[in-house]
Amino acid sequence: MHEMSLCEGILQVIEAEAQKQKFTEVKQVVLDIGVLSGVEISALEFAFEVVMRGSVAENAILKINQIEAQAWCMPCSETVTIKQRFDACPNCESYQLQVSSGDEMKIKELEVD
Amino acid sequence: MCTTCGCGTGEVQIEGHDHHHGHAHSHTHDDSDHEHSHDHHHHEHSEQSQDIHYGTGPAHAHAPGLSQSRMVEIEQNILGKNDEYAKENRRYFTDNGILTLNLVSSPGSGKTTLLTRTINDLKQDLLLSVIEGDQQTTHDAERIRETGVSAIQINTGKGCHLDAHMVGHAMENLKPEKGSVLFVENVGNLVCPAAFDLGEAHKVAILSVTEGEDKALKYPDMFFAADIMLLNKIDLLPYLEFNVEKCIEYARRVNPDIQVLQVSATTGEGMDTWYQWLQASRQMRLIGRADILSTDKSQKLVSV
Repeated sequence: MHEMSLCEGILQVIEAEAQKQKFTEVKQVVLDIGVLSGVEISALEFAFEVVMRGSVAENAILKINQIEAQAWCMPCSETVTIKQRFDACPNCESYQLQVSSGDEMKIKELEVD
Repeated sequence: MCTTCGCGTGEVQIEGHDHHHGHAHSHTHDDSDHEHSHDHHHHEHSEQSQDIHYGTGPAHAHAPGLSQSRMVEIEQNILGKNDEYAKENRRYFTDNGILTLNLVSSPGSGKTTLLTRTINDLKQDLLLSVIEGDQQTTHDAERIRETGVSAIQINTGKGCHLDAHMVGHAMENLKPEKGSVLFVENVGNLVCPAAFDLGEAHKVAILSVTEGEDKALKYPDMFFAADIMLLNKIDLLPYLEFNVEKCIEYARRVNPDIQVLQVSATTGEGMDTWYQWLQASRQMRLIGRADILSTDKSQKLVSV
């Protein structure tokens, strides 16, 4: 449900940038979203369309880069890829993992006119 | 929406903050421009460090040939604005030696009952105050006020979580005292509040044994974000098929560092361990703060 708030956050950033960098239309918004960020992509896409209405980003295309999650496995001493926070190490099945990435929620770039 | 501070989602109501900020601060939420002035709570964040590189022309292959288009690299956290407010709240808490705990759980886990009991048991020793978050009604804040401790209700309207900006506004009215403990009872929801930092020292997750032992796996983000989990309603264990060990194991799978305490807010069982944790966390934060410790109500506990 907080996808709506996230889109409002995105719009705030876009509007601040529009003033600063003097653009009037956003054609594309590129986001980095980690698989552990708790963001439901389809809900985000839906909310994006609703929230951007009437703004400089009304017609913007939303592009989402999904970032995979990585963790450091202590028993294996190496970085492994996981899909969920509670996943075991795919090599040794230990839960002694330190998650190092995958919770990103970032506006990467804008294509503007 | 208000582009200055983002508080114009229109549904949020803070007791005593009713579109009237009491001090040099009045605005209508349908309007897009208004001014705020706060002591600790500035709204001008536009100069936060933003790595902006001016892209000349389409910098990437996906926009070829569009003459006027340009790529603007933003690299900004979507929750950056919230995090800025959270940082200000945190600075205020640190400056004033306030221990702030963000209480999160699903609806019906017994958060308010646990909080009321905690307040009644600790109010002799500590200065306490409460921010209550719910979608609607001021029932919870009223329950807290009955204990004699000051509380303020935030109604989020359609919102599913408290954010740092709402908490900042609530503090203007609540004015928590130096060296006090501030409890923020978040909206009953194990999903969204995990992502929103309020400036708290710790998130405290409350899970009741009537909810099922695998909740930490079902809602991993929250249990990952929490430092401590209170397993509540343990007085009901004889009547339930609930495997405490399994529940704790699941929580540790998600968050190996999480501390788990078993309590019953109704019978009081185990509550002393929670109070010990709370006192210890507070004292850790007050090390070297003679200004606050010298007037501390719980001085006797410091020397224990």
